[in-house]
Amino acid sequence: MKVALFATCLVDTLTPSVARATATLLQRLGHEVVVPPGQSCCGQMHVNTGYRREAVPIVANHVRAFAGAEAIVAPSGSCVASIHHQQAEVARRAGEHRLADEAEELAGRTYELSQFLVDVLGVTDVGAYYPHRVTYHPTCHSLRLLKVGDRPYQLLRAVRGLELVELPGAEQCCGFGGTFAVKNADTSTAMLTDKMANVLGTHAEVCTAGDASCLMHIGGGLSRLRAGTRTVHLAEILASTEEAVTPDQQTRPAVSA
Amino acid sequence: MSAREEVLSRVRQALGADRTPPEEVVRDYRLTDGRPAGAPALLELLVDRVEDYRATVLRCAPAEVGATVRAALDQGLGSGWSAGDVVVAPGLAEDWRPAGCDVDDDRPAVQLADRAASVTAVAVAVAETGTLVLDGSPACGRRALSLLPDCLVCVVTADQVVGSVPEGLARLDPLRPLTMVSGPSATSDIELQRVEGVHGPRTLLVVLAG
Amino acid sequence: MTATVPPKAPTFLGLPTAPRGVGHLRGDQSFPDAARGALRDGQLRANLGHATSTIRGKRAGVVAELPDWGQLREAGRALKAATMARLDDHLEELERQVTARGGVVHWARDANEANEIVTRLVQATGTSEVVKVKSMATQEIGLNEALEAAGLDVFETDLAELIVQLGEDKPSHILVPAIHKNRAEIREIFARTIPGVDPDLTDDPRQLAMAARTHLRERFLRARVAVSGANFAVAETGTLTVVESEGNGRMCLTLPETLITVMGIEKVVPTWRDLEVFLQLLPRSSTGERMNPYTSTWAGVTPGDGPQEFHLVLLDNGRTAVLADEVGREALHCIRCSACLNVCPVYERAGGHSYGSVYPGPIGAVLSPMLTGVEDNASLPFASSLCGACYDVCPVAIDIPSILVHLRAEHVEAQERPTAEAVAFRGLAKVMSHPRLWHLAQRASRLGRLIARGKPTLPNALPPPVSSWTRSRDLPTPPKETFVESWVREHGS
Ligand code: SF4
Repeated sequence: MKVALFATCLVDTLTPSVARATATLLQRLGHEVVVPPGQSCCGQMHVNTGYRREAVPIVANHVRAFAGAEAIVAPSGSCVASIHHQQAEVARRAGEHRLADEAEELAGRTYELSQFLVDVLGVTDVGAYYPHRVTYHPTCHSLRLLKVGDRPYQLLRAVRGLELVELPGAEQCCGFGGTFAVKNADTSTAMLTDKMANVLGTHAEVCTAGDASCLMHIGGGLSRLRAGTRTVHLAEILASTEEAVTPDQQTRPAVSA
Repeated sequence: MSAREEVLSRVRQALGADRTPPEEVVRDYRLTDGRPAGAPALLELLVDRVEDYRATVLRCAPAEVGATVRAALDQGLGSGWSAGDVVVAPGLAEDWRPAGCDVDDDRPAVQLADRAASVTAVAVAVAETGTLVLDGSPACGRRALSLLPDCLVCVVTADQVVGSVPEGLARLDPLRPLTMVSGPSATSDIELQRVEGVHGPRTLLVVLAG
Repeated sequence: MTATVPPKAPTFLGLPTAPRGVGHLRGDQSFPDAARGALRDGQLRANLGHATSTIRGKRAGVVAELPDWGQLREAGRALKAATMARLDDHLEELERQVTARGGVVHWARDANEANEIVTRLVQATGTSEVVKVKSMATQEIGLNEALEAAGLDVFETDLAELIVQLGEDKPSHILVPAIHKNRAEIREIFARTIPGVDPDLTDDPRQLAMAARTHLRERFLRARVAVSGANFAVAETGTLTVVESEGNGRMCLTLPETLITVMGIEKVVPTWRDLEVFLQLLPRSSTGERMNPYTSTWAGVTPGDGPQEFHLVLLDNGRTAVLADEVGREALHCIRCSACLNVCPVYERAGGHSYGSVYPGPIGAVLSPMLTGVEDNASLPFASSLCGACYDVCPVAIDIPSILVHLRAEHVEAQERPTAEAVAFRGLAKVMSHPRLWHLAQRASRLGRLIARGKPTLPNALPPPVSSWTRSRDLPTPPKETFVESWVREHGS
């Protein structure tokens, strides 16, 4: 299958390794990966901060960038959820009915990584090897908007060498929430503190999730505390193989450069 | 414009001239429990649910209600009670009443607070939720009767026990003053922990006949 | 309450909102400021954490018991939507039925009018004491203050309301207004304020409940007027419903000669049968019980049983303005179960007082701004991480996150002069909709590498608004190359 990769603005700019891992993984599974260079953002941050009118041209750019793609995959539950639940709506509210229809149509071919792997490709064992103690945080939009369910767990359980430990209070939000983290920094930090306490309580080396944004939040907090647990995106774990393991793949700071 | 006219016209303005027609309500939830009223399994379920609220259930044959009501009062009041401590609903079956007890009449309702226990029938019981419904009929008595005495004894007959809430409500007359009772009075107001016994009767005893 | 009364009455979508200067829908601090203080109250955090996790578990258990929960929830949603679409007809029918059964119906445009009506009705009975059943509507309009200003004594009879009233505190939860207090704090309030209380009173919840029983018993028996709210009002029969636990509701609804019920106009349901849905949804969602201990229903006046004078006050106070908002009107479907509060991670940490309104938590964050007009509660729609837990548990499936997002936009679009944030977001929108500008901007973000000076993360001291992030979390240093750049370099475009 020819898969168009939507890196998302945040991953592309700040954590390109996540998009790289997604591409590597899909290629290893025998699929052709294309990266439309005109891509930027899904518009979620604008919509969720109240700038739904301003989001319309961003949606238009997204639709333009991915026009004609057979399947679109993004390593971010919340961006995919926005594509599914918000893009067409903001376009329609602005009277851009054609754009709304196109966005809806595109949304039908847009998948979050774990859903794409399990539902579309029908694989749970992607042949990965990751010899670490890992805990999984089911990010809110993957959990409640996309309803990814136990797909990420299925994928993680099939990874050789990986020890999966249950995260207490897993379904509680980490406190990121986009601009919430800045506008309500104190409440957001209080939520993050409790999430980190649960993560650290598992004694996992790695906290993983399907959303780079939430991981940047949790990872940013862990790094600030100089905690030993690091955050690694699900795509990076699934992309790992025996060949990719190096002697220095040890516990590193949570946020890597 | 009167307040009435103004509020109604605001509603109309809010909904707009081209208001969306009301959507159809699909009632595909369970309308019945599937078991007929009084089925043995429903009686078992009722007992389980009522006891879960920390009320007491005494089961008996239909002919033994009178004696079982007395046994319930023994439990609720201690064995030294006298007939004058107990007030019953005016329409309660003669043979269910403890001999010589007080029968509610048109005295001021607050005087019922002087009695230690009351005995009433019910209109319907819902097994799934452990709910007894009193409907203000002579057998159930007025609302204050089942409220002010600290110990309440309710007599339920098997044919009154239905499975689910929809079946229960269908048997009731919404024009009567209804009281749905699920266990003794309780509160969750302190740390969201349930504690039985506040302003309503602190003791609920259910006599289930049949 | 802020005392400044503005020149013109606020409106929302052309309809009058709840007036300023009366009632409890507006706080005097923004949410972030109020929350900042609350978050430092370790006892509050502990009390809320303990109470909400207890109730979450109980709710989940009894909801899972019903195989048809999903269908009930959908029916509840549809029933409410259908009712709102014909709200005027249902209200008129309710009025007819209540009147036909001996009740008197009053209409109140807003809090002031409702308070005047109730005060007048109470004064007409010649009594100076009123007993009250917990009711959100009367808290919303500040009825107690209005009655007290008229020289009347008001007694809250719900245990949690009593705790709040005796402690001269404010409610912080829809269902359990004193949820922010633990048993030891409640014992202290009772020991200090209840005359003649047992000096050996302990903090055992059972003992505390008994102290409240003793304290209120005499009041119930001598009360001549009661004020209540209503959970549901059935239009076709004129049947009012109060759902409660303690029996204080039954006391108030049964013993006094006069009963005055204040009800928001959205509480009407068309038919008796509709209660078969709501009486299953509500108790399981609110106290996590299969059924609450007592549900009372009455239609008008019943000779020889209960109050012989019954007044129903139908309250607007901004509800029609909410109804005018096609996205937001769903908030009127709320049956006040409080499940959304109990699962909300923001509520659990910041507490109910931070919302500044009697309606806290997720539903409050949408309802309060619509009742008052968004600009009077502008920080509330932003007081959410949009995690969606509220929508999941709501028994009538109110899509609270979508309404929050909608109200954020209403606030942004209401600004007459561009804010710094708006300028930034508009600029960013332009950049993000033009790939060439976007790539330039991404390259510019690499200036962060200079500030980082070779470290994996940026320094903590950065200018606002970034500082709000870096105060508690590290920010990664931007990489040398974006993913798209490197891909294009390797593969061509
Ligand atoms: S919004 Fe829904 S969950 Fe929240 S209180 Fe209202 S009915 Fe309950």
